Amino acid sequence: MRPRQPPWLTEGAPVLLIPCPYCGDRPEIEFTHGGQAHLVRPARPADLDDQAWAEFLYMRSNTKGVHAERWRHARGCGQFFNALRDTTTDHFLAVYKSGTPRPAT
Amino acid sequence: MSKQAFSGLSLIWRGLNRHRGWQNQWRKAIPKHRYDAIIIGGGGHGLGAAYYLAREHRLTNIAVLEKGWIGGGNTGRNTTIIRSNYLFNESAALYDHSLKMWENLSQVLNYNVMFSARGVMMLAHTVHDVQTSKRHIHANRCNGVDNEWLEPEQAKEFCPLLNIGDNIRYPVLGAALQRRGGTARHDAVAWGYARAADALGVDIIENCEVTGIRCDAHGVAALETTRGVIESRKVGVSAAGHSSVVLGMAGVKLPLESFPLQALVSEPIKPVFPCVVMSNTIHAYISQSDKGELVIGAGTDAYTSYTQRGALHINMHTLDAVCELFPTFRRLRMLRNWGGIVDVTPDRSPIIAKTPVPGLYVNCGWGTGGFKATPGSAHLFAWTMAHDEPHPINAPFTIERFRDGYLIDEAAAAAVAH
Repeated sequence: MRPRQPPWLTEGAPVLLIPCPYCGDRPEIEFTHGGQAHLVRPARPADLDDQAWAEFLYMRSNTKGVHAERWRHARGCGQFFNALRDTTTDHFLAVYKSGTPRPAT
Repeated sequence: MSKQAFSGLSLIWRGLNRHRGWQNQWRKAIPKHRYDAIIIGGGGHGLGAAYYLAREHRLTNIAVLEKGWIGGGNTGRNTTIIRSNYLFNESAALYDHSLKMWENLSQVLNYNVMFSARGVMMLAHTVHDVQTSKRHIHANRCNGVDNEWLEPEQAKEFCPLLNIGDNIRYPVLGAALQRRGGTARHDAVAWGYARAADALGVDIIENCEVTGIRCDAHGVAALETTRGVIESRKVGVSAAGHSSVVLGMAGVKLPLESFPLQALVSEPIKPVFPCVVMSNTIHAYISQSDKGELVIGAGTDAYTSYTQRGALHINMHTLDAVCELFPTFRRLRMLRNWGGIVDVTPDRSPIIAKTPVPGLYVNCGWGTGGFKATPGSAHLFAWTMAHDEPHPINAPFTIERFRDGYLIDEAAAAAVAH
């Protein structure tokens, strides 16, 4: 019989569960964070001035509270999706498919 | 200086009197109705800025507002590494300005910040690492910043516990050593600045959270706080991970995202570790505090958060690397871990600048490496607030650089652990 090992050596680290809309609850280490959601690439890029480009490329809401953000189930189904997460608790409030509007909270 | 200056003699004298009669290091100030300048954020950067405003720019009516307690944010949560071996001219000037101030900070503040120039050694594990390390060394030397290349045997001589064998996944191929780098005692930095600023008349107001910023046609006018409305025409925001939140109250958007950055310490052991070792490739840095604990840290967590805690697997990844580099430490127990909220800019360089609102200034974006810059950052921020224009050293570190394309892109190229 093998000597008993502490659980973190055999079962991996305890992690947050993230609800993938395609696969259900999966451990955090399967996901990559994709940053703020609903940033729309300008339809006519040539019309933008420098300030507008800076807003699109660099300025972020950095919300303290409910934050709409992109996630990718990179080490699972590979799909992108959006989520509402409270950045003061890390609780997921909703997940929804990319391209759909932000749900009311 | 304050009425109770510290010296060897005063320590002996108080010791003979059973240490009775020590006074509080700073007053518990009651907020006044109006100040000439207010700093939001009572960490090292904020307290230091208030101190330099009072000492070098002769402002006397200054307050520091802190929503919690002094030094309870990132100043008390970092791994206290100090170095200035940054790649670009702008960064090297900024961080070396700070490093030079560290060297006599204890004397200036009359408070032992325990700065120890024990050397910061950054390991190279791949051919690419070796090339970029050497490029850094040459760039640093051109900027007057000391940095030297060590072969693996020399690295082991400098840090005898280092495993330079070929039995690990990423063997050590060499290291870059900045001998002037080192560590300091993080709490002492906050307390030392608080005490010195208080002695110059600065009001340090703890448990006072800013809830709103009032502006009028001339710019910033007053702050709404949990302890009432306080008027001021000059406000500096030095709020680290909460900079976006505070400046959002004045309608200023920043290119920041706030992430948890974790650190952990081992149980205390006898002195075994004479320097600071960092490895960007396998994500770990480690030093030993004067208490004997090994202080360990690495990169930020994977997603934005304000929770001041992070995922355990991030720490485990760091410890994997530490145990490979220092097999002796495998049997150590970790005593505690914690997280702080760091504000990261897209180019990993800070912002010390005026904002679009007149009278409102910001010192933010220090990301994972703000502690080392504490004295220099505070000094330059105070200059910027007093003169209403940036000092030549922090002139490149504006918000507008993201609009104008003058990024100081340490993210891709610097010797920075992310």
